[in-house]
This record gives sequence, C-alpha cells and structure tokens, in this order.
Amino acid sequence: DIIRTIRDPEKPNTLEELEVVTESCVEVNEIGEEEYLVIIRFTPTVPHCSLATLIGLCLRIKLQRCLPFRHKLEIYISEGTHSTEEDINKQINDKERVAAAMENPNLREIVEQCVTEPD
Amino acid sequence: LTWGLRWQLLASASYDDTVKLYREEEDDWVCCATLEGHDSTVWSVAFERGGQRLASCSDDRTVRVWQRLEPGAQEGVACGSPNPTWKCVCTLSGYHSRTIYDVAWCHLTGALATACGDDAIRVFEENAASPQQPPTFSLTAHVPRAHSQDVNCVAWNPKEPGLLASCSDDGDIALWQYQRPEG
Repeated sequence: DIIRTIRDPEKPNTLEELEVVTESCVEVNEIGEEEYLVIIRFTPTVPHCSLATLIGLCLRIKLQRCLPFRHKLEIYISEGTHSTEEDINKQINDKERVAAAMENPNLREIVEQCVTEPD
Repeated sequence: LTWGLRWQLLASASYDDTVKLYREEEDDWVCCATLEGHDSTVWSVAFERGGQRLASCSDDRTVRVWQRLEPGAQEGVACGSPNPTWKCVCTLSGYHSRTIYDVAWCHLTGALATACGDDAIRVFEENAASPQQPPTFSLTAHVPRAHSQDVNCVAWNPKEPGLLASCSDDGDIALWQYQRPEG
C-alpha cells in the first residue's frame, strides 16, 4: 500500500497503474524479533538507466519514511528487464549513493514530488 | 582509506570491488598493487600491526585477509618487478548476514572486529598457526543487536586492550570491553 501510489517520474501515473510494482513483487520475511526483511522487485517501463535508478530511489525513500516496523530493505530490478541490471541493483542498494543522491537538490525535488501523497 | 607500514603505504577500498595500494615514488604516489577477489563494493581496509597483512570487508558479506609477498616470491611473476604482490590467504564467509561496513585490526591483540549492516558486531581471532599453512580465524564474539540499526564503524583503542568503539545509523556511539576467551 505504501508504494502503489508513488508517481512515475515521467508520466502522470502511479507505479501501480504502470505495473512497475505489483502486490506480488513485494516479499516480507521475518528476520528477527519484530524485524523484517522487505524485498521489492520492480519492472521499469522503459530500459532507461537513469529512470530505473530514480524509481529505485523513490521506492527506498518512501518505504524508509513510512514503514512502521523495524526493517532491512532490498530493492531490485526484476530479472531480465534491463541490460545493466547488476549495476543498477548495486547502485540503488548502496546507502552512501542513496544519501548522495538525496543531497542533490534537483534529484531530491523529483523524489519528493513522486512520493508525496496527493491531498 | 588507511595507512600502513609507518605511513609508507596507503590502501583504498572501492565501489569497484577492489582494494588498491599506493606508495611514494619521486614526488608522487603511484598505485603499486590492485587486490581483486571481492564480488562487490569493498567498504573498508585495515592493516595488521606489522603491515604485512591487510584485512578488507565488503558488500559481498565476506572479510578477506591478504598477505604481502616479497617480489619474486610467487612463481610466474616476471623478474625485475620491484613491487611486492599481495595474495588472499583467508576468506571469512558465512558469518555476516548483510553488508560489512568496517573492519578493524587491533594492534595490541591481533583481534579483528567487524561492523555489519545486520546491526551486529563480531570479533575474530587467529588460530594458532601451523607453519606453511594459510591462516585461519575463529569467531570469538558476536553481539547480535549491538545497535538498533546498521553498524557503520568499529575502532580498537590503541592503548587499552579489548576496548572497542562502534557507531551506527541509529545515532549512537557505543563502547565495548572485549574479553579474549579462555583456553
């Protein structure tokens, strides 16, 4: 529920509408006392590298802010949907790169627009 | 980054999955070795006190120990190469369940401490060495919830044996007293 309403950075639709994320792409496993491992596998609409990393960033930021329980988060491009998926997966799961991206005012603005719930 | 061999050697850990070593040449610093073996980002490196061994930790959830070899020590190395080579002599895998962000090698006791993304701190000690055999390490301490989020750094106190500091995404700095197991 937290991620279905995230808007696509380029189109006026949500990630759920564009089938970038679906209920079945979300995996939640208990890894400790009241701690869960959340795995998201998303399918980008176009094989464009920068868009894929941007969507990965939006997913991470929204979940980090909204998940009410203690968690570890892994986000992946679903297999076979991208030529450089290993590179993208590495980048979107590297917490220093995520922090650096969010320090970029332009990127941060785009992410905020994509994750903010409409009134 | 970390310095070794009384600041004659500089080591760097990289997103490109390698460790690189640098030494001074004329007025510049040049790369004298590239250590390949990790399958993902190397987050940190630590020299052993004598500077002959190096530990590296990675997003691939392993710690690797590298041994410095004098030039010409390895078969097949071209003669006349002035640089020592470094060989991976030990890999600690299966202990950490997430990215290892830092490794620290105690210069007083030789113990290795790791900071992990699974919120735990672990300490390893080297087993008694059989001559000519590669080194092996045993897990001698494991604190599963050392912090409530990723542990990013660990550091051994240079004067007080067993005193270890750690810090985390949870905003805390913690101080620990490690007791070497008896027997």
